[in-house]
Amino acid sequence: MVKKMRSVSIIAAGLSKFGENWDESYRQMIAKAALEALSSNVVEGKEIEAIFGGTMASGRFIGQEHIGALIADQLGLNPIASTRVEAACASGGVALRQGFTAVASGMYDIVAVGGAEKMTDVSTEQAAFALGGAGDQETELFHGATFPALYALLAQKHMEKFGTTEEMMASCAVKNHHNAMHNPIAQFHKEFSIADVMNSGYIASPLKLLDCSPITDGAAVLILCETSKAKKLSDQAIEIVGSGQASDSLALTGRKSLTQLDATMLAAKHALAQAKATPKDIDVAEVHDCFTIAEILAIEDLGFFKKGSGGTASLGGETEINGQVAVNPSGGLKACGHPVGATGVKQAAEIFYQLNGIAGKRQRKDAEIGLTHNVGGSGATAVVHVYKKA
Amino acid sequence: MVEGSVALHWRRYPERYSLIGNHCATCKTDYFPPRVFCHNCRRKGKLIVKDMPRTGKIVAFTEVFVGPVGFENETPYFLALIDLGNGVILLTQIVDSSRDRIQIGANVKMMFRKIQDNDKEGVINYGYKFKVTE
Ligand SMILES: [Zn+2]
Repeated sequence: MVKKMRSVSIIAAGLSKFGENWDESYRQMIAKAALEALSSNVVEGKEIEAIFGGTMASGRFIGQEHIGALIADQLGLNPIASTRVEAACASGGVALRQGFTAVASGMYDIVAVGGAEKMTDVSTEQAAFALGGAGDQETELFHGATFPALYALLAQKHMEKFGTTEEMMASCAVKNHHNAMHNPIAQFHKEFSIADVMNSGYIASPLKLLDCSPITDGAAVLILCETSKAKKLSDQAIEIVGSGQASDSLALTGRKSLTQLDATMLAAKHALAQAKATPKDIDVAEVHDCFTIAEILAIEDLGFFKKGSGGTASLGGETEINGQVAVNPSGGLKACGHPVGATGVKQAAEIFYQLNGIAGKRQRKDAEIGLTHNVGGSGATAVVHVYKKA
Repeated sequence: MVEGSVALHWRRYPERYSLIGNHCATCKTDYFPPRVFCHNCRRKGKLIVKDMPRTGKIVAFTEVFVGPVGFENETPYFLALIDLGNGVILLTQIVDSSRDRIQIGANVKMMFRKIQDNDKEGVINYGYKFKVTE
């Protein structure tokens, strides 16, 4: 299955500011992220052969579809092929995988991968409805389910089966807000204590306001290149050594287990096997913490910690930047922000910075192997990538 | 709530009003909502219409304090995953039950209730909710 693929590397990354960017439109954010990626001067815009752009719900958020053509136009890259990729909150990660596949296949040598979402032009209620589209409209949303409610059900099962506590979940938010203090593009630069999270008020019990990721505007762009060429162009090339993706039922009711995300486990298995790596080899990971319980599920399902021990590991500091594995040094979805289509691409940008040793005060010391994990909906899509210095 | 979606809801009346699913006569699997073909037997399965059990047990529950558009008047409310005992799990609201009796493992039975009523077209959507039984 994996034979005859070419090696692919990231040679540049660029991010817009993440937050409530009222002064910037969707098209300005994606153009600025691309400009930053190209400012490293490793490639010229005219060398880019194709674009893959992840966006979840631009029709609902800004009344704009046909995002592939829009991005090519905004980047001044007409007439190259430009394709929108949608997989709910995993749109960015799946766009990265499409770009990876396009270069690995030999069809292109250099492609741009983008991700963007403009979420704050609509009311919070409209944004929640747009995000609800990641779940099952007919059997979940119809009955009054929200995304916090779906993850709350997963949280309750985890608490029942493994003794995970609300404090353990809160510790993920506390750590991610701490990490974001050192990330200039992060939405929040504010520390919280476990007590702050515990007192933040239930949204869907047991999840509270500060267990939830925010509504965010943002864009991210990566330039991918075939690895032998990448090494000639740049001394910062980061090789994508493994890529995995899996699907599961859209609704929670169709899952085999409610204490793990099978799609994450499968995507990780495939990506790690392709990378010839084990979970223990990972120094730094950006995982999908749309809710604090999602980070606990992720660090277990990715194999960093034994099933059921993720909450204890998090509360014990094992996922801090200098812990067993640095989890979400960017601040994660929780504190860096979660512009849904951009998130999966931003995660890869953070690993690009970490493995090049240019992540500043949030740098994991001697990081050699990195991983990203992006989830769509309540676990119906999961995409995992593994990286190392080329 | 998808606006302008009378047909979308109309198609679901048999499931939502009467908890009608289907059953594969070949491998004995129950499906709710009904499937177009059996996912075990694929083309070889023979699907027949089947009423689902109207009782079950709570698998997990949450109290929703911030509801979506269309549920403003009901917030806060309880949502739960219900195991119907035939391999089918569904998501529903728990109503008419005292807070202390809404627990994992509690027995529940189906009720027929209004689900949403703020549709701009004036359509009121009905369907199943569950309540805790003795
Ligand atoms: Zn069958």
